[in-house]
Amino acid sequence: MGSITLQKVSKVFGEAKVIPSIDLEITDGEFVVFVGPSGCGKSTLLRLIAGLEDVSGGHILIDGKDVTQSAPAERGLAMVFQSYALYPHMSVRNNIAFPLKMAKMEKSAIDKKVTDAARVLNLTDYLERRPSQLSGGQRQRVAIGRAIVREPSAFLFDEPLSNLDAALRGTMRLEISDLHHQLKTTMVYVTHDQVEAMTMADKIVVLNRGNIEQVGSPLDLYRSPRNLFVAGFIGSPHMNFVDGAYAQSKNAKTAGIRPEHLNLSKDSGIWRGTVKVAEHLGADTFLHLDVEGIGQITARCDGEFGAYHGDTVYMTPDEAKLHRFDDKGLALKA
Amino acid sequence: MATQNTKTLARLMMAPSVLLLLIWMIVPLAMTLWFSFQNYNLLDPSNVSFTGLFNYEFFYTDPAFFQSIWNTLVIVGGVLLITVIGGIAIALLLDQPIFGQGIVRILIISPFFVMPPVAALVWKNMIMNPSYGVFADISRFFGLRPVDWFAQYPLFSIVVIVAWQWLPFATLILLTALQSLDGEQKEAAEMDGANFLNRFVYLVLPHLARSITVVILIQTIFLLGVYAEILVTTNGGPGYASTNLAFLIYRTALLGYDVGGASAGGIIAVVLANIVAFFLMRAVGKNLDR
Amino acid sequence: MARNVTTKHKITATVAAWIVALIIFFPILYTIITSIKTEPEAIAGFSLWPSGTFENYITVQTQRDYLKPFMNSVILSVGSTILALIIAIPSAWAMAFSPTKRTKDILMWMLSTKMMPAVAVLVPIYLLFRDFGLLDSRIGLTVMLTLINLPIVVWMLYTYFREIPGEILEAARMDGAGLWQEIVYVLTPMAVPGIASTLLLNIILAWNESFWTIRLSTTNAAPLTAFIASFSSPQGLFWAKLSAASTMAIAPILILGWFSQKQLVRGLTFGAVK
Repeated sequence: MGSITLQKVSKVFGEAKVIPSIDLEITDGEFVVFVGPSGCGKSTLLRLIAGLEDVSGGHILIDGKDVTQSAPAERGLAMVFQSYALYPHMSVRNNIAFPLKMAKMEKSAIDKKVTDAARVLNLTDYLERRPSQLSGGQRQRVAIGRAIVREPSAFLFDEPLSNLDAALRGTMRLEISDLHHQLKTTMVYVTHDQVEAMTMADKIVVLNRGNIEQVGSPLDLYRSPRNLFVAGFIGSPHMNFVDGAYAQSKNAKTAGIRPEHLNLSKDSGIWRGTVKVAEHLGADTFLHLDVEGIGQITARCDGEFGAYHGDTVYMTPDEAKLHRFDDKGLALKA
Repeated sequence: MATQNTKTLARLMMAPSVLLLLIWMIVPLAMTLWFSFQNYNLLDPSNVSFTGLFNYEFFYTDPAFFQSIWNTLVIVGGVLLITVIGGIAIALLLDQPIFGQGIVRILIISPFFVMPPVAALVWKNMIMNPSYGVFADISRFFGLRPVDWFAQYPLFSIVVIVAWQWLPFATLILLTALQSLDGEQKEAAEMDGANFLNRFVYLVLPHLARSITVVILIQTIFLLGVYAEILVTTNGGPGYASTNLAFLIYRTALLGYDVGGASAGGIIAVVLANIVAFFLMRAVGKNLDR
Repeated sequence: MARNVTTKHKITATVAAWIVALIIFFPILYTIITSIKTEPEAIAGFSLWPSGTFENYITVQTQRDYLKPFMNSVILSVGSTILALIIAIPSAWAMAFSPTKRTKDILMWMLSTKMMPAVAVLVPIYLLFRDFGLLDSRIGLTVMLTLINLPIVVWMLYTYFREIPGEILEAARMDGAGLWQEIVYVLTPMAVPGIASTLLLNIILAWNESFWTIRLSTTNAAPLTAFIASFSSPQGLFWAKLSAASTMAIAPILILGWFSQKQLVRGLTFGAVK
C-alpha cells in the first residue's frame, strides 16, 4: 500500500514562500512525476514527503495516516538521491544491506534480500566493490537496490538520472519503468526533463513557482494543456505561440500550435516562411523558420521532406489541433 | 520539533570550545590591560600602584621601542619579500614536468618542519659562523675575509633564517594554487598567442592573487611574533640592533621584571596584530561564502 | 604543442629544480652529515664526507639525557592534540552539519583568537602559571598548546566535515538510522581521514611551538624546543653533538611532515587554499 495525500502543504524558507499551498492525491501504485523548471519547488515538495524538511503548514498522509510529524525513517518510504548518496566506505553489498541492518533484520534474511536485489539489478558481480569503483549507471542501480530491499510503501526519486550521459539515461528510464511494472509500488519521481516525465509517468504534476499548474496523464497534458505554461513546457520541440491578427481571427489572445501539427508544403499554405536552420534527425526534421507577419516558428516534418537553409516553405496549421488561450494565459475550450 | 532538538544539541556541542577560547581570550588580555596601567615590578611585588598611562609613556619614549618597531617591520617586510618572490619562482619551476618531482618537493618543504631553535642554531653555527661556518669557508675559497654575520648584520641574518623557514610554506601554497589553474585556460591563452611572460602576467598572477594574499597575511601573523630565532642567535643584540617588539616585551617582562611596562608593550602588539588580522579575516571570510 | 614537452625542456627544468631543492635542503643535510663527524672534523672546514661515527648520538643521550625532553615533546604534542580533538570534534561537527546564521561569525572569531600575539599575554600567563604552580609542568604546557591550536583544529575539522555530502546523511536517515547509528556507521568512517590529517598537522605544530614551551618550562617539562634552545649559550667545540641532538629533534617531525604536505596547505590557510 502506498497512497500519499498532501493537504494544504506549504513551505517557507525565511522570507521565501517556496510552496504557498498544495493539495495533491497520489493513489497506490501510481507512477507520479513532478516536473517543472529549476526552482519550482519540486525537489522541496519531494523532501517534504520524505520528511527531510519540516512542513510550514498543512498535513501529509501516507495510507491515510498523518505522518506530518514523523521522522523520515518512520514513514516507510525509500529515496534515490540525485548524487546517489552511496556510503563511500561500504561495499555495494553493505550499501544495499544498510537499511535492513538498521531495521535489525536477521543476517540470513538480509543476505537473501541483497542477493535477490543484486540479481534483479545486474549487480551480482559487483557486490564486493566500493561505490568509487563503479560506473555512473551501476551506482544508480546500487542506490535503487538500497531502496528496493526495504520494500517501501513508496519510492521517491530526486532527479536520479541527471548525472548520467544521454545514452545511459535512456536505458535507466526503461529500467525504472520496468521496475515499476514489476513491483507495482507507488513511485514519486522529480525531474526537470519533460521527456522523462512524458515517457515514465502515469500522472504528471506540473509545478511552477511552488504552485501546481496542472495534474494529468501525459497525453492529457499534451492534448489539453490548461494554460500557456503547461502548453510551453510539455512537448518537444516546444509549442509555437502566435499572437496578433491570426490569434484574433480565432477569437483568442494567443494561439498555440505544436510543431508536429503544421502541414508543410513547398508550394502552397496560409503562412510562408524561410528556413533559418534545418535540424535533420533522420526520421524527422525540425525546421526553424522565419515566417512573414508571424515571426519565429518551429515545424516538424518528415525526414524526407528535403528543406534546407534559405528554402521557402509554406505551412498550414491543423485547425483541429490548435490551442487557444485568453489574455490571462488560460486555455479556451474549443 | 526535530529541528529544534538538533539546534539545542548543536549549541551544547559547541559550548566547550567556545567557552574555552572565550576564557583564553578574555582573561589574559584583561589582565594585560589591567597591568599596563599599574606600576608593578616582580622584584618588588608588594608595591603595586596605579600609574595611568605612565607605562605607555615609558614605552613610547624608550628609544628601544622605536628601534624594535622598525626591526619588527624589517623582519616582516624582508621575509615576505624573499618568500613571496622566491615562492612564486620555485612554484613555477616545480609546476614544470621534472624528474623526481616527489623528492624535490620533499626537500623543499623540509625546512618548514624544523623547529625554530634548531633552525636558528644550525644557521648560527654551521652556516654563518665567522670562523667555521660554510659561508666563511666559501669566502676563504674566494680569498675574501669571512663576514661575522651576527655581529655586522644581525637583523639581516635573522631575516635570512626566518625566510628559510617560511619559504617552503609560501612555495607549497603557491604551488597548490598554481596546480589548480585550469589547463584548458593555459591552452586557450597559448592558442590566443600569449607567450610565457604574457601568460604569467595576465593569467597566472591574477589566479595566484588570492593565495599570495593569504600567504602574506598568515606569515605576517607569525612573523610579528618571531622569538626563538632571536633568542638563540643574537639575543636581541648587539644593543637593540636585532630586538623586535616581541623580544623587547620579553626582555622587559622576564629580564627587567617590569610587568607594567611589558603589559603596555603587549597591548601595543595586540593593536598591531589586529590591524593585520582585520585584513586576513576578510580574505578568509570571503572564502566561506563561496 | 606545449603538452608534448620536449626532453630538453624537461631536463633543464629538472636540473634547475634539483639545484634549488638541494640549496634549500642543504642546512638540514649538512646538520645530518655533521652529526656523524667527530668534533675536530666538524670544525675542520667544509666537508661532505664524515668519518661516520655515532659517538655524538650516544654522548647526547648520556651527558644531556636526550630521552627526557624527547618524551616530553611526544607527551606534550600528542596529548595536546588529542585534547584539542576531543574538544573540537563536537563543535566542528555541529557547525558543519547544523549551521546557523552565526556559524560563520563564530568560526571567524575563533580564528581571531589565533591572531593574538603570544607575547601580549606573556606576563599574565606567566603569573597565572606561577600562582597555580604550573610552571615547568607537563599539564600546564599541554593545556597551553591545546588552547593555542584549538582554533586551527576546529577549522580544519570543519572544512573536512563540510565536505561530507548532506545527501548521505539524509540517505542514512531515510534508511532508518538513528542519530547514534548515523554517527557510528556513516559519519565516523567518512570523517576519520579528515580527523587523521588534523591530528598529524597539529602534532607537527605543537612539536615545533617555540615560545610558550621555552618560556614556561625549565627542566622537568622541557620539550625538545627548550632543550635545543639551551644549547645557545655556551660557544665552542660541541657542534657535532649539537647536530646529533638537532637531527634527533627534527627527524620524527620531518618524516611526519612529508606525509602531510597536502593537509598542511589546507590547515594553515584555514581552508582558503586547497
